[in-house]
Amino acid sequence: MDRFALDVAHLFAGGLVLVSFMLLYQDRMFSLLNIFALHALVVSLSVAWQAHIQSAPHLYITAAIALIVKAIVIPVVLHRIIVQLGIHRDIDTVVSIGQTMLGGIGLVALSILVMHPITSAAGTLVREDLAFALSVILLGLLMMVSRRNAVSQVIGFMSIENGLILAATGAKGMPLVVEISVAFSILVALIVIGIFLFRIRERFDSVDIHALDRFRGEQP
Amino acid sequence: MDTLAIEVLLWCIVALVATGAMAVVFARRPVTTIIVYVITLIVSTIALATACWILVADAAVAQQLRLPIGLPWLGAHFRLDPLAAAFLTVVNLGGAAASLYGLGYGRHEHAPGRVLPFYPAFLAGMTLVVLADDAFTFLFTWELMSLASWALVMAHHRQEGNARAGYIYLLMAGLGTLSLLLSFGLLAGTDGGYAFDAIRSSPLSPNLAAAVLALALLGAGSKAGLVPLHVWLPLAHPAAPSHVSALMSGVMTKVAVYGFVRIVFDLLGPPIWWWGAVVLIFGGITAVLGVLHALMEHDLKRLLAYHTVENIGIIFIGLGLALSFRASDMRGPAALAMTAALFHVFNHSVFKSLLFFGSGAVLTATGERDMERLGGLIHRMPYTAFAFLIGSAAISALPPFNGFVSEWLTFQAILLSPQLPQWGLKFLVPAVGGLLALSAALAAACFVKAFGITFLGRARTSVAEKAKETDICSLSAMFGFVFLCLVAGILPGYFINALSPVVQMLVSAQMPQQTALEWFTIVPVVESRSSYNGLVLFILITFAACLAAYVIHRWASHAIRRSAPWDCGFPDANPAAQYTAGSFAQPIRRVFGTVVFHAREEVDMPPPGDPRPATLHVYLQDRVWDALYEPIAKVVGVTADGFNRVQFLSIRGYLTLVSGALVVLLVVLAVWQ
Amino acid sequence: MAVILDVLVQLGQLLLVLLLAPLLTGYVRKIKARLLRRQGPPLIQPYRDLLKLIRKEVVLADNASWVFRVAPYVIFAATWVAAALVPTFATGLMLSPAADLIAIVALLGSARFMLALAGLDVGTSFGGIGSSREMMIATLAEPAMLMIAFTVSLLAGSTQLSSVATFMQKPDVGLRVSLAMALVGLIMVAIAENARIPVDNPATHLELTMVHEAMILEYSGRHLAVIELAASLKLLLYMSLIGCVFVPWGVAVAGQELTAYAGSVVVYGFKLAVGGFLLAVFETATAKMRVFRVSDFLGAALMLGLLAALLLFVSRSV
Repeated sequence: MDRFALDVAHLFAGGLVLVSFMLLYQDRMFSLLNIFALHALVVSLSVAWQAHIQSAPHLYITAAIALIVKAIVIPVVLHRIIVQLGIHRDIDTVVSIGQTMLGGIGLVALSILVMHPITSAAGTLVREDLAFALSVILLGLLMMVSRRNAVSQVIGFMSIENGLILAATGAKGMPLVVEISVAFSILVALIVIGIFLFRIRERFDSVDIHALDRFRGEQP
Repeated sequence: MDTLAIEVLLWCIVALVATGAMAVVFARRPVTTIIVYVITLIVSTIALATACWILVADAAVAQQLRLPIGLPWLGAHFRLDPLAAAFLTVVNLGGAAASLYGLGYGRHEHAPGRVLPFYPAFLAGMTLVVLADDAFTFLFTWELMSLASWALVMAHHRQEGNARAGYIYLLMAGLGTLSLLLSFGLLAGTDGGYAFDAIRSSPLSPNLAAAVLALALLGAGSKAGLVPLHVWLPLAHPAAPSHVSALMSGVMTKVAVYGFVRIVFDLLGPPIWWWGAVVLIFGGITAVLGVLHALMEHDLKRLLAYHTVENIGIIFIGLGLALSFRASDMRGPAALAMTAALFHVFNHSVFKSLLFFGSGAVLTATGERDMERLGGLIHRMPYTAFAFLIGSAAISALPPFNGFVSEWLTFQAILLSPQLPQWGLKFLVPAVGGLLALSAALAAACFVKAFGITFLGRARTSVAEKAKETDICSLSAMFGFVFLCLVAGILPGYFINALSPVVQMLVSAQMPQQTALEWFTIVPVVESRSSYNGLVLFILITFAACLAAYVIHRWASHAIRRSAPWDCGFPDANPAAQYTAGSFAQPIRRVFGTVVFHAREEVDMPPPGDPRPATLHVYLQDRVWDALYEPIAKVVGVTADGFNRVQFLSIRGYLTLVSGALVVLLVVLAVWQ
Repeated sequence: MAVILDVLVQLGQLLLVLLLAPLLTGYVRKIKARLLRRQGPPLIQPYRDLLKLIRKEVVLADNASWVFRVAPYVIFAATWVAAALVPTFATGLMLSPAADLIAIVALLGSARFMLALAGLDVGTSFGGIGSSREMMIATLAEPAMLMIAFTVSLLAGSTQLSSVATFMQKPDVGLRVSLAMALVGLIMVAIAENARIPVDNPATHLELTMVHEAMILEYSGRHLAVIELAASLKLLLYMSLIGCVFVPWGVAVAGQELTAYAGSVVVYGFKLAVGGFLLAVFETATAKMRVFRVSDFLGAALMLGLLAALLLFVSRSV
């Protein structure tokens, strides 16, 4: 039973890394949103499973928040924003998808390498769970730096947050208060970014963040 | 001590050198060509038989001999141990076949005086390197080999590009010999024991040993064509006459591998784990870059030369694995990896010589090396085409041929590597495995291109249309190798057994004896783990294909009607509309080329009414050349320009320079003491 | 006695894959047609096609060489042998020591090599386009497949498919992230190798989108029949491979009673039915992708294989 429980938790964590790679692979806006919803779903399943095996009911609330806010509300809102802005075209990438994924593999290897000495006291599975969480965070960062479009940056940002939740629940330590406040801050961030997107769009006829570069103060 | 075999081999060398000298005198007479190649054929066969006999019969004993020539206090040491015997087999097998091929091919040579004297000297040089047992003899014969091959590269020096190829080759060969010289200097230490026995008995400190490894990698790697030292290879190998190209690609690169193995595994003492990592990285990068370059190439011989780079990468992957395992004292896996590398050495010498012979036959028949101007040769040269097809399948690592077996053994060695304790290797080895798999798949694509564009389809030019089958000598050399490709593929157990004394000597372990198993199955570790049987696969495939053909022809239909190709209803009579080498490689260029080569395509589409044809330009950058060699060349140029002023001084100026140098040297001496 | 049984089982496997392969193709076509609310051809239509084709005369292009005529039989033989070596309903086949998973992948590579050459032989541009794209796909699919093979054999400690299947049946294998990644990667490779949507469309004759069909455009009569049969065998092979590695339950072990074999054949048929159904649903639900998107698709499979192997290399340490 115990072995099976750990295996399932491990599988969810690995699955989240997999979905992070799927996020990197997407080149269409709507499929990106769908995969992000899947990402959130996997997180909430993972959290729910942790709640089950740790017998920690407050984690169910975390799972529910993840499910409702991130798997349903945010994708729907972003979907509507995209439709209103009319930017449902291909996603502009800075480097090609193949190279991004190759970089992603490197990041996963790096996080395994980093986590290994820190947690050598813990068992293999726990160590790999932490390594997976770190990988999800790094992959989210990679997504933010390798995509031009503002919407995909938002999604990269949110996937980082999912990675944090994974790390926290796996380590048996996140208080509910922290989770709720993080969830709210994410919502606020969404609203701010949504408004921000509309403003960029009004000004520059594009959500390509390169358009903003010209207005940085440091340039002549 | 019995020194019969080594004496036979040294007499063979004497015969080769004498033949070379004779060829200088009688180069003008047409009969000299035949005499030279017949003598080299006989001598190489004798040497081959001797080496095989040593390898199979009494391999445990090493024969040593010291001749009072060379440096007076050192003499010339020679030694014939299993490692030398194995590489002598490769060298002389290639030499014998190239001589047989040369009997036919050499008749078309328009400047025999530039080829015949150097060819026996080249063979002698390669044999001597393998026999040498002290640093001086090794370096001297290494240089003999380099210079003889350089002279052969320059045989057709008036052809475009050959002079540049020769120049770059000479530079890189000089660099290689210099590095080897330095590495032997470090190995000998301050006592100056240059005989290999003395070197073996004096261990080095880890830092010095690492420096020797780096220098050996530089010296042997530059001769073998390891990236980024490969730049001369695709220029020089194709420039020589085709049987010499076969020797350079198939055999001389192996002598370089021998140099590396001799220094690192035999002379240097116990390795440290990161040595294996370094060799693995270079091997993996070499394998993939070599084959990608080959895919972009339209020149048949240059394509083959780039494939040599790829295969050297595969060999070095095997060597790197063997080093890593040996450093962790895992003897069984080390034996497996070493066997894989050595078997690939043999296999590559066989199929690469075969392919170069085939390209030489095409060159003789059409005068073309550019694949875009060939096509349809299978109708004109059916035997050459068949031999080239088998060679292509073998180099693409397809069962049941020999290339697959050695790559399969390498994969099996990779699968044993999770047991390695070092974290760096744990990350590196699967990545290198991925690179190896990628290079094998790319090689198959490349040889579909090489064979398909050259031999299949319709003739693209009139020379390709009028080509004639090559002569019987060349064909028998090729079919000898076809036979070996198949035999080494379906009965690899015998070859693995023959290599076991060599492996025993290098890593103090060997693979299990193979031929005892039923049906000639080969088993790297234990039977429940993995096994392969080329013979059964070959029989099954042949049987299944014949059965299907028989059943259909007997009971269904065997009617056949010739007609124009259907081609989806587009009748196009122009052979220029076929897929070309460039268009075949285009998808792969788009997938890999932008990263590796900075590939760009430009379409020049003339406006309506302009009769100019539309053209597509592809721009590729050799990034190794740009990043490494251009800056060096620039620095050398700037420095040379600076020193150029020294050339135009007055007499007083020169005197100042000379006396100044003298004073500086004296000051240095004073400070030193 | 045991030897006779071994021979019988091996022969049974050889015949079973040969006879089932067209049925599987017909079944997938039928399901796809039903999902599109079409009636679809009957299940035995592929057999009828094959019989019809082998009885027709071959129309050979003028400048076709012997490569073109020999290739179909070589392709068929290599694929058939490979399919006969994958455990379908029984492990421990008599011939299984002859080739492990890596050798089976390479055997399929041999078949593809001949097919690509045959595409170039007549010297038409469609044949060239097919061969060129097929080899591009192969350069990514084959390493991906090998990395997956690495993953599976690192876990099982063997590259021999019989041993792998036996290992996977044990309960202590558990759920592994590496295995999940390998499964996803293997499915992606299988889709690409069998020229299914979204990589290639087996039903199309629209010139610019086809890969496999472009290569065999010039084939007719018995040659075409043999190649079609080889393609069906390949589909069956990949489904059996996924079945034997990831759902190995119900596979008979060598040396059992004949009744056990009968039961395992039924289980095998059930696995194929499920696999074929899922394939049809997936193909119906997706659109074909651009040719140059395929490299990303297969690159992802390669990355998955690499990641899975990497995780195993790392977790082996403790």
